[in-house]
Amino acid sequence: MSEHIVSPKIYLAIFTTLMAGTGMTVWAAFQNFGKFNIVIALAIATIKATLVVLYFMHARYSPKRTQLVIVCSVFWLAIMLSLTLADYNTRRHEGRLASATTCYRA
Amino acid sequence: MHRTGRLYGQFETLEQQKETAALGMWVFLVTEVLFFGGLFLAYTVNRSAFSTAFGAGSNTLDIKLGGFNTVVLIMSSLTMAMAVWSAQVGKKKLVSIFLIATLGLGTIFLGVKVIEYKQKFDHHLIPGLGFDMRYRSEHPTATDDPKEMAIEKEEVEKTFAVDPDTNAHGQLYFSLYFAMTGLHALHMIVGAGLLVWLIKGSFAGRFTPQYNTPVEIVGLYWHFVDIVWIYLFPLLYLIDRHR
Amino acid sequence: MSTPPTPVRELPHKHYLNATYGAGLRSWLLTTDHKRIALLYLASVTVFFFIGGVLATMIRIHLLTPGGALVTPETYNKLFTMHGVAMIFFFLIPSIPAVFGNFLIPLMIGAKDLAFPKINLLSWYIYVIGGCFVLYSFGTGGLDTGWTFYTPLSSVYSNSAVTPAVLGIFINGFSSILTGLNFIVTIHTMRAPGMTWFRLPLFVWAHYATSLVMILGTPVVAITLLLAGLERMFHLGFFNPALGGDPILFQHLFWFYSHPAVYIMILPAMGVISEIIPTFARKPIFGYAFIAGSSIAIAVIGFLVWAHHMFVTGESTYAALTFSFLSYLVAIPSAVKVFNWTSTLYKGSISWDPPMIYALGFIGLFVIGGLTGLFLACLGLDIHIHDTYFVVAHFHYIMVGGAVMGYVGGLHFWWPKITGRLYPRALSRFAAVVLFIGFNLTFFPQFILGYLGMPRRYHTYPPEFQVLNVLSTAGASILALGYLLPMSYLTWSMRYGRVAGQNPWPATGLEWKTDSPPLTENFEVTPVVTWEPYDFKNRPDLGLATGTPLPAPALGDD
Repeated sequence: MSEHIVSPKIYLAIFTTLMAGTGMTVWAAFQNFGKFNIVIALAIATIKATLVVLYFMHARYSPKRTQLVIVCSVFWLAIMLSLTLADYNTRRHEGRLASATTCYRA
Repeated sequence: MHRTGRLYGQFETLEQQKETAALGMWVFLVTEVLFFGGLFLAYTVNRSAFSTAFGAGSNTLDIKLGGFNTVVLIMSSLTMAMAVWSAQVGKKKLVSIFLIATLGLGTIFLGVKVIEYKQKFDHHLIPGLGFDMRYRSEHPTATDDPKEMAIEKEEVEKTFAVDPDTNAHGQLYFSLYFAMTGLHALHMIVGAGLLVWLIKGSFAGRFTPQYNTPVEIVGLYWHFVDIVWIYLFPLLYLIDRHR
Repeated sequence: MSTPPTPVRELPHKHYLNATYGAGLRSWLLTTDHKRIALLYLASVTVFFFIGGVLATMIRIHLLTPGGALVTPETYNKLFTMHGVAMIFFFLIPSIPAVFGNFLIPLMIGAKDLAFPKINLLSWYIYVIGGCFVLYSFGTGGLDTGWTFYTPLSSVYSNSAVTPAVLGIFINGFSSILTGLNFIVTIHTMRAPGMTWFRLPLFVWAHYATSLVMILGTPVVAITLLLAGLERMFHLGFFNPALGGDPILFQHLFWFYSHPAVYIMILPAMGVISEIIPTFARKPIFGYAFIAGSSIAIAVIGFLVWAHHMFVTGESTYAALTFSFLSYLVAIPSAVKVFNWTSTLYKGSISWDPPMIYALGFIGLFVIGGLTGLFLACLGLDIHIHDTYFVVAHFHYIMVGGAVMGYVGGLHFWWPKITGRLYPRALSRFAAVVLFIGFNLTFFPQFILGYLGMPRRYHTYPPEFQVLNVLSTAGASILALGYLLPMSYLTWSMRYGRVAGQNPWPATGLEWKTDSPPLTENFEVTPVVTWEPYDFKNRPDLGLATGTPLPAPALGDD
């Protein structure tokens, strides 16, 4: 395995981007984008996480096998989230959760 | 455990041993993704059901402390990456320095977390008996700005107007808050233990361009813990901040 | 062109069982040898099999009469719960992977050990610690929530010892994760020269697929049970509707692991069968790539079907339809395997050795179990038979008829390799038939009972169901004999059995090219693989001359 050494310059650049991302996500949270607040927050977080994986964790320079392992973890997480939410989002009795409490209390 | 690049019996070459260790850590991180994934799913389902109470809960968190911790943790990731680099290029002294810096930053993070937990305790925001989302605004302390408290009181009352069960649903938010940040902190503590072990090794000058697998794989773990926080910060601290 | 192997009279001079690392017990408790760890697992899963078996016997005795013959209703709830927990989490899930996978994967791929031997030992200790927690729960009030731990029963209302049990299963999950991790990394990085991916034995492919499920599913059930445990201990509300939580969320998270967990149980058994069938049909396996691929396909598709356990919970109809459709898809790779095994048998030169009888029994029972699974995947029909004995019969056909048959078959197949000795031939063939008959008599009546409407987990039933229940209980006593027989003669053979030699069947795998029992390092020199899998023709070393009648396996004391 020929080891790839990432130069400190790249690390510093990534670090600066991550800091900028943190600032941006805080700024965005104080703006009212309606439904898109959460989308923007998650998008920024995902970009930050991707940078950490690619450079700090050297995934960009790792063997294909390692990259496959990473893709698998994201894929299975997506299966779990999407199929479960597919149930919640297509229920006819919406707000079931909210009403359950009120029923109990009444 | 003081073996400098020793070849373990089950392997044929050092290279195979190194590859195996790295792959093992990556596969372990996959399990960690799914482990935290279950919590994130629970969070998503509950937040979409009780967005008002979750917003109110999130607004009780101290964004300054949370933001500070985010910066600290990302910095510790940088120092960890630099520790790996130092080992790769053979700067033995720098390895120790960067590892100690990482451990220091990790400890600061945990310290701030303790302060935050203590605040929640004082404000009656620990799920269970005595949990009350109104408590804070109704019991201002001497150091609180009366104006801010008045605004906060208004906000809380608005929340209760929308969702009369805010106390029940706020408890869900805080149950998830403590479960997620608690589990994250537990991972930090494990990581700190690993760092202490690495620092000991680095004092003995064990990590060289030929042999730095332990630094590398502990680094992978540390960065993963950082990634979890990158998601936890906006999801827990930044809900409905714009109101 | 070659001579049959000369009969061996003595065990090899030095092997993993007599190689000493320290004194006595210490050499076992501190071993990092995958073969010794496998035997540690063999002993500990047998303990849990006994516990689960005793509980099952009590259930069947209780159900002899409509009113219940043995215990109070509360105790009955505890019986079936503890039976499920012991059997599923502490016997079936670790059984084949942790015993045979541990023992055989390094041997089969030509490695000296697993990639992480110390982690391997650690995972056994984790298993033991988790097991102690669960036994503590059994001994101090028992457990009455059902093995599924549905909330809020488990987190609020149950008065039994739920917390230690949940913690025990949580801890045990890490044993499973570490085993899966070890296997995946080992299969990737430790293969001998020439052992390409498509020369791997199908047993190894099956374990690769199993390990995928272990590392991707187990963490989810771990966090779920942790949350349920926290909910119980600190009165939190994650899954408790009275506090705003959602019990269906618990079921989603629970079944995200626990449905694929069925494939943790059955895939390794399929791997065992894929080894036994070509060996005793003396033919290369039919459709190697398809069997290997179908293992991976089962592991992947198995993750897309979990909510078929929840058709009657109030989940969305659209989601239920989707999950119903996806559940049917699992039938495709499963059928691919069954057809390939039967095609392997076609025109094979079949010898009726004990492992083969177990393997054929497996195919029959698995087909019934699999086809009735389709009934349950069908959204409309499942409303009728949900939570009836039909479900109980179906999953016992898969887990006992499938997984345990595979386990016992594997035990007979590799016993000569593990101990170096053979067991009595006639007695073992008789035991296999007893097991098959006993099993069918126990569980086939339950299909009818379920279809007629007898619900599962009830301590009582209407008088008209008594005949079928008595049949089932009678079958259970035959089944018990079917398990006790192998236990006794296998134990006997450890001391008195005939010496097996390297390759008694003969089979083609790399594990048969070393001593029985193998050396601690497995091979004297790292083997180089130059042949294709299950190739009997180009293997003069097996002593099978082409065109001549095959020698009967050197088995038997009778």
